[in-house]
Amino acid sequence: MKLLSQLKVGEKGVITAVNGEGAIRRRLFDMGITPGAEVYLRKKAPLGDPIEIALRGYELTLRKSEASQVEIE
Amino acid sequence: MLHFALAGNPNSGKTTLFNALTGSTAHVGNWPGVTVDKREGVYKKGEQPVNIIDLPGIYSLSPYTPEEVIARNFVLDEKPDCIINIVDATNLERNLYLTTQLMELDVPIVVALNMTDVLDKNGDCIDVRTLEKRIGLPVVEISALKGDNVDELMKRALETVQKPRKGVSVLKDSLLGSAIANAEIALQLKEVEAPLFHAVKLVEKDEIEVQTHPSEAKAVQAFIKENVAKGNETVDTEAEIADARYKYITAHFSTTLTRARKPDYNELSKSNKADKVLTHKWAGIPIFLVILFAVFHITFSEDFLFLGALIAPFGEWCALESDSVVKAIFFAGGLNSPGVILFNAMDAFTAWLGDMIITGVEGLGASAWAVGLVSDGILRGVFGVLSFLPQILVLFLLFSILEDTGYMARVAFMLDRIFRRFGVSGRAFMPMIMGFGCSVPAMINTRTLADEKEREATIRVIPFFSCGAKMPILLAVSGGIAASFGVGNADVITYSMYLLGMVVALLSLLIMRNTVARGETSPFIMELPIYHMPGLKNLMLHLWDKAKHFIQKAFTIIVASSIVVWFLSSYGWNWQYVDNMKDSILASLGQFVLPIFTPLGFGSQLSEWGWVFAVSAVTGLIAKEDVIATFGVLAACIGATVQGGLEEGVGEVMAMISATGIGIPALISFIAFNMLTIPCFAAAATAKAELGKGKFRWTLLFWLVTSFLVSTMIYTIGTWVWTIAIWVVVAALAVVGIVFWNKFADSKAEYEKNK
Repeated sequence: MKLLSQLKVGEKGVITAVNGEGAIRRRLFDMGITPGAEVYLRKKAPLGDPIEIALRGYELTLRKSEASQVEIE
Repeated sequence: MLHFALAGNPNSGKTTLFNALTGSTAHVGNWPGVTVDKREGVYKKGEQPVNIIDLPGIYSLSPYTPEEVIARNFVLDEKPDCIINIVDATNLERNLYLTTQLMELDVPIVVALNMTDVLDKNGDCIDVRTLEKRIGLPVVEISALKGDNVDELMKRALETVQKPRKGVSVLKDSLLGSAIANAEIALQLKEVEAPLFHAVKLVEKDEIEVQTHPSEAKAVQAFIKENVAKGNETVDTEAEIADARYKYITAHFSTTLTRARKPDYNELSKSNKADKVLTHKWAGIPIFLVILFAVFHITFSEDFLFLGALIAPFGEWCALESDSVVKAIFFAGGLNSPGVILFNAMDAFTAWLGDMIITGVEGLGASAWAVGLVSDGILRGVFGVLSFLPQILVLFLLFSILEDTGYMARVAFMLDRIFRRFGVSGRAFMPMIMGFGCSVPAMINTRTLADEKEREATIRVIPFFSCGAKMPILLAVSGGIAASFGVGNADVITYSMYLLGMVVALLSLLIMRNTVARGETSPFIMELPIYHMPGLKNLMLHLWDKAKHFIQKAFTIIVASSIVVWFLSSYGWNWQYVDNMKDSILASLGQFVLPIFTPLGFGSQLSEWGWVFAVSAVTGLIAKEDVIATFGVLAACIGATVQGGLEEGVGEVMAMISATGIGIPALISFIAFNMLTIPCFAAAATAKAELGKGKFRWTLLFWLVTSFLVSTMIYTIGTWVWTIAIWVVVAALAVVGIVFWNKFADSKAEYEKNK
C-alpha cells in the first residue's frame, strides 16, 4: 500500500481508496479522486508542499496532508 | 419572461458565455443583498427576451463551499425554466460530473459543449450526436469566446422549455439504485419537489438533506443496511455514489471522445511548459514578486523603468518645454509610467473643464456663495477624485489580466505553505489580492473558501489591502510629504504603505486564527486551470463596469458629501455665511471630535486648523474618495492658494500641512488610519451580509481597534523613537497572553472530553 503523498515527481499510480471523513473527503470525490482513477505527480510547490497532480485530464493541487488520505497502487 | 440559469464548473467559460449572451445588458447584481449574488442580463436576439442568470462556478451540488450552497438553493428554490449547463470539452469527465447531478432535477437542461475548437487543434474530437443520445439531453457545440453557435444554443434551449422534463439518474443500475428508488417513492408521497435529486442526496447522507427529512433519512439507512449491506457492517454511500457517477461517465460518455494520441504525462502542454518557469522551485516566488512590483510600478511610478538617469541630459529641455503633453509624460527628469501619464491627462482635462465651468458661472453673474458652492463645494471634490480614475483602472486591469490568465491560482499554489503559517490556505490569497481593486467583490469572492472561520478572518482583513478608492489618499498625502518636507520619494512612501497594509493583514490573521477564529487550518484542494490569453472583450466589460461604478459614485455620494462638507465649513451655527472657516459649524464639530485623534498625531496637538484631518477621516467612512474630496473643499475654504503645476490633491495636502503644522509621523499615521479603519459604506454593508449573524459588530470593533493601535504606534515611534521599547513589551505580553489562554482552553477542552 502506498499513499498519494508518497509519490515522487514523475511517478504515476491508480487510486484504490480514499480514507478520512467529512467535507474534505467529499471534496476529493467531487474533484474526481475516486478509486480507479489514474494520477500522475506533476510537481511540488517551491516550498515542497502542496503538490500538483494530473488526473482525469486536468491539473489539481492539494496538500500532502490531504494526499495522505488517498491510497494508491 | 423566461428565466434561464447558467451553471458549470469554474473556468469552463461560463462568464464568457454570459457576456456573449447578454452583451451590454448585463448588470452585476447590486451589493449582494443577503441570499444570492447572481449576475443577470437579458438575451434579446431570440424570438422572445430571456432573462439569463449567471450562477457561481461550482464542481458539485454538495454543500461544500458557500458558492455551492447558493447555486444549489437557486436551482431548487427559484426553479429556472431551463438550465444551460456549460461543459468544458477539454475536461470532459470532471465537467460531466456536475451534469450527472443536474440531470436528477426536474428541470429542462441544455448542455453547451464549450472549447471544442481547442480539441480540434489537438486533433481530438467528440462524437456529439452519440454523446447527446447517451446523456439524454440536447448538446450544442459552442465557442463562448468567439460567440459561435450561441444563438443555436438558445434556440435549442427555447425548444426544450416547451415540455416538462423528469429527472433521471445515472445511478439507477448502481449498487445503491434500489435505495435511491425507494427514497424517491417516500419523498414523492411526501409531495417533495424534485424527489429524485433529494433521494440521491438522502442516500448520500448529505448534511442539508438529512436535516430537512430526518425520518426518511433514517428509513433510507435502515433500507440500505437490510438490502444493500447484507451482512457487511455499513456501506460507504458517499464514496459509492461519487464512484458510480465517475464510472458511468468513463464508461458511457468519455468513450465519445476520440483522442489523436494516447495522453502522455511526460509530454508537456503549453501550460505545463509555462509552469516550468512560473512555478519553478527557485525562480517561482522571485518571479511573482517581480510581477507584483511591476504591477505597482506601471501604475504609480514617476520614473518608469528607471530610465530617469538615462534621459537626465534631456531633463532641462523637458523643464523648459511648457507643452503640457511633454510635461505629462516626463516628470522631474524621469519618464512617467503609463498610469501616471493617464493621471496627468485626466488631471489636465478636469482642470480645464473646471475653469470653463467656473468662468461660465461667474459670467452668468452668480452671487459669491453660488460660485463658492460650484467651485469649492462641487468641482474641487469631484474632480479631485475623478482624476484618479485612470490609475485605478490601470491597477484593476493589470490584476484582472493576472486573474484571467490563471496565474493567480499558481500564486495560491506557491504561497499556500506560507499562508498556512498565518492560519489561512493559499486560496485566501485570491480574494485578498482582489482587495487592491475593491473590497466588495473581494469579500464576495471569499465564498470560494470552504472553512467558515477562515472566511470570516479573511473578510476582516480584506480592507487592509488598500483599494482603488484609498489610492488617492496614499498618493496625495505621500506626494504632500515628499514636496513639503523635501524628503524621499513619494513612490517609496506609497509602496511602503501598501506593504504596511499587507503586513497588518497577515499579523491580524495570525492573531485571529489563534484567538477568536481558532480552528484547524482549512484544506487546500484546488484546480490549476490551463493558462489562456485573457479575452479583450471580457477585460473591457470588467473595466467598463468598474469605471461606471466609480463615476456614478463620484457624481452621487461624493457630490452630495462635498456639498454637505462645503456647507458645514462655509456656514456658522447662525446659518450665516462665515468669512473665516474657524467660525463654521464644521470647525466646532471638528474641535469636538479632535481629542479622539490626539494619540494618532492628528488631534489636539495641531494648531488652529488641526481638525481638518479629523473631519476628512470621518467623511471617509461614507466613501474613501471623500477624504481627498474633503481636503479639496477645506483647502479652498482655508483660502490657501494651491500652488499650480502640482498633481491633483498634492497641493491641497501641502496647504493643509502648512496651515496645521502637522509632522511626517502624524501624516503617515493619518494614511494608515484611513487604510485600516472601517471601510466605506458599501464594503461595510457587504461584510455585514457575508459574515454570520452577530459577527459584524465585532468586525467593526476590530477595524477601529486595529486602526487606532497601528496609527498610534506609527505616530509615537515616529516622534519618540524610544517608545518602541513600550510597544515591544506590549506585543510580547499579548503573545504570552494568547499562548497561555490557548493552552488553558485546550486543557479545559481535553478535560471536558475526558469527562
